[in-house]
Amino acid sequence: MKKQKLVVVGNGMAGIRAVEELLKLAPDLYDVTVFGAEPHPNYNRILLSPVLAGEMTINDIILNPLGWYADNGVRLHVGKTVTKIDRTARKVVADDGTEEDYDRLLLATGSTPFMLPIPGNDLPGVISYRDIKDTDEMIATAATHRHAVVIGGGLLGLEAANGLRLRGMDVTVVHLMPWLMERQLDKAAADMLKTSLEARGLKFLLEKQTEALIRGESGRVCALRFKPAPGDEPGAGLEIPADLVVMAAGIRPNTALAESAKIYCNRGIVVNDTMQTYDPRIYAVGECVAHRGIAYGLVAPLFEQAKVCANHLANFGIARYTGSVTSTKLKVTGIDLFSCGDFMGGQGGKGGTDEILLHDPAGGVYKKLVVKNDTLVGAVLYGDTADGPWYFQLVKDGQNIHEIRDHLMFGQKHVGDVGHAGKTLAATMPDDAQVCGCNGVCKGDIVKAIKSQGLFTLDDVRKHTKASSSCGSCTGLVEQILASTVGGAYTPADTKDKPLCGCTDHSHGKVRQTIRERHLITIPSVMSYMEWKTPNGCSSCRPALNYYLISTWPGEAKDDPQSRFINERAHANIQKDGTYSVVPRMWGGLTTPAELRAIADVAEKYHVPTVKMTGGARVDLLGIRKEDLPKMWADLGRAGMVSGHAYGKSIRTVKTCVGAEHCRFGTQKSMAMGVKLERMLFGMWSPHKVKLAVSGCPRNCAEAGIKDIGVIGVDAGYELYVAGNGGIKTEVAQFLCKVKSDEEVMEYSGAFLQLYREEGFYLERTCHYVARVGLDHVKAAVVDDPVRRKELHERLLFALQDYEDPWQAAVEKPAVRREYEVIRIKEVAEVKS
Amino acid sequence: MSHWIKVCALDEIAPLGSRVVASSQGDIAIFRTADDAVFGLRDKCPHKGGPLSQGIVHGDTVTCPLHGYKIGLKDGVAVAPDKGCARRFEARVEDGMVLLSLPSADPA
Repeated sequence: MKKQKLVVVGNGMAGIRAVEELLKLAPDLYDVTVFGAEPHPNYNRILLSPVLAGEMTINDIILNPLGWYADNGVRLHVGKTVTKIDRTARKVVADDGTEEDYDRLLLATGSTPFMLPIPGNDLPGVISYRDIKDTDEMIATAATHRHAVVIGGGLLGLEAANGLRLRGMDVTVVHLMPWLMERQLDKAAADMLKTSLEARGLKFLLEKQTEALIRGESGRVCALRFKPAPGDEPGAGLEIPADLVVMAAGIRPNTALAESAKIYCNRGIVVNDTMQTYDPRIYAVGECVAHRGIAYGLVAPLFEQAKVCANHLANFGIARYTGSVTSTKLKVTGIDLFSCGDFMGGQGGKGGTDEILLHDPAGGVYKKLVVKNDTLVGAVLYGDTADGPWYFQLVKDGQNIHEIRDHLMFGQKHVGDVGHAGKTLAATMPDDAQVCGCNGVCKGDIVKAIKSQGLFTLDDVRKHTKASSSCGSCTGLVEQILASTVGGAYTPADTKDKPLCGCTDHSHGKVRQTIRERHLITIPSVMSYMEWKTPNGCSSCRPALNYYLISTWPGEAKDDPQSRFINERAHANIQKDGTYSVVPRMWGGLTTPAELRAIADVAEKYHVPTVKMTGGARVDLLGIRKEDLPKMWADLGRAGMVSGHAYGKSIRTVKTCVGAEHCRFGTQKSMAMGVKLERMLFGMWSPHKVKLAVSGCPRNCAEAGIKDIGVIGVDAGYELYVAGNGGIKTEVAQFLCKVKSDEEVMEYSGAFLQLYREEGFYLERTCHYVARVGLDHVKAAVVDDPVRRKELHERLLFALQDYEDPWQAAVEKPAVRREYEVIRIKEVAEVKS
Repeated sequence: MSHWIKVCALDEIAPLGSRVVASSQGDIAIFRTADDAVFGLRDKCPHKGGPLSQGIVHGDTVTCPLHGYKIGLKDGVAVAPDKGCARRFEARVEDGMVLLSLPSADPA
């Protein structure tokens, strides 16, 4: 089939992002040709401010070097402005006469700065702030001239003013409105910003309207004159010196080309939710577009549009763009400012919003959260923006904040401060501060990767730097660094309906639901029914699918060892050198001289280099060769020991204190209770690992407060706690209920774990699961509804019946044992090549 | 010079599974894909030396069990943006047997 022709008008961030997304989906569908009016390949326009400020160079901000176009077979016309679209002949014509035919056309013409219609606006020295050329001119002027005036106190104007000031100019910002950045800030935050910028030497003239720009003797602009006060003579307004005037009074969607081709425009080029214009062959994305009446001037929405557009260009036809919530961050080094959503709030109760305020003028901190119907709808942060990404996420997700409302203002205190001693102000961290403790990634590495590789999402950063890709505890911090580096281009990941992995667009919840509703019992049937994009998934989705199948259809779905991570396939923990560790089960932490003797014997027989106690208080034998595992297990099995599952997303251990059996304070027999629980749960696979503890009295020596289920004996029975976690981020377990008997402990614990097994997403610990569904949901099923509780408990017992010790299986079954055997070969030629 | 050596029956490697072959040139991982193609790679991830034979096989890629590097089975090259390469050994199936090509240790 002959390739279709796609012509892209506009070589900027939106147009090229659409091409990139398209190449990912359908690399061979089109011959792609791109026209760019500027003589540069695609660069990161939002980083022009750091270039102006002297913090970066043009080369740093190139997103797609010329080689990228060649490598991807994209033909590029730089320095050519398309001046005509011939919709009948389906071709475009550029100013130098170049013509290109198209089957489909993508308009990404961006926007043009608004030049105030005042006398002198065409004088030399009067420029806008939009592209590399403007930036170069500002840098050059700063070296030779003194007085700069920036018209417009918005985001762009302030960044321009700050850059010119850093380049040594005397800068005055002129603004029509009563406060700066009125589209992003309320007055209180804007006043703090103004004070801080004044301290850096900027001057401000607010509520001033420019009347004319005045020509100097050299022919260049020399001054700016304001409109006179009411009642004064015309021309009597204040004049201020100006060798350079930067117009930053807003942008207008660049619709001239589309309008000349009679494509319907209104504010911008009007598109529907598939980014199609009124001509079905012509699409449009970026700042030139009006979608549902809104023209976006920030980069994050453009990327969403590009993705949707590519989906339709690739003939997939399923994506829709429904508009964006935007956030803003000022890229002025040393000033932390963030706003998102509807930050103005009610201003007198309009729209039923409430405001939560924190204002510390001396400390330089201002925070305003706008809340409507128990959801966060907007935020303004000044001085401390560490929680900006978190608030933005809450706004985007529309998450109910009722339960956290009282401490919402104090932020997501728990974001990523393991090993950072609470230091979470990403912007002020030095470059050599370590962010990701797992992979040894410093802030500087991340910033460099974001800038040099043009990264915009958390996933990109994870792939390129490995930061936040292991334990995830630094995710919040990495997001902050991302947000502070890319500014307005930052969009938090969609956590609600996030696809399971790159192999599918379906979320964990959707996959679980489909497996249940369609009664799917094999991985291939799930992949085919849900239209997986890869032939047999990947190392992320296969273990998840395997778990969902065996937990949803116990006895029917067959466990697939090849879809399990090696630890669960080999029933031992892989170590950094490829050896394994063996942890025999000790029910409730109790053991006997005979068991200890057997452990000592195997440790000597197999030359085990390290023997230690695990965190769950079991014996760990480390440094075992895989081939030796079945032999060792056979020896341990003869002493009556079975797998301790210290390697699985499964029941790990039930830790116990001595309890009433021996302890003079004990109120309940915690050891016996622990043994009963551990025996009940033997062989339980779960979304993630599960640890329990039973303490015999409230002194709680078994540390039940940080376990998935904590049982604490009291005089009248037991208190049950759930969803604690002692790992990455310490979470104190939440009180579930009080029960009277051992049987009730088993039933309630079993029901809670079964609920988690049925509803939890793969790799979600109980603390994350309960945070997602709410403790009330858990209580309704496990505490308030005795029938449901019994059913849940019975389903758990049904799933666990007949579970065989996997170690014994490896000893006895040759097909299983093969997993552990190394093939030895005779290295003589047996077959001629 | 290289020569082909019988390793095992194809049935002795699970689909989407692998086996380790001990050779004079170090451990070699033999992988079997869903469509019964076999591939040989040195059993050492270019990242931190993890045993690739213990990884999950998907498509024509294996994910290292230690830190999740994805290595192409056909060429041993890490999937971008990861970098590095594991040494490749040719392997094929003939009459239900897996054959591995070992370069001669002593280039004559």
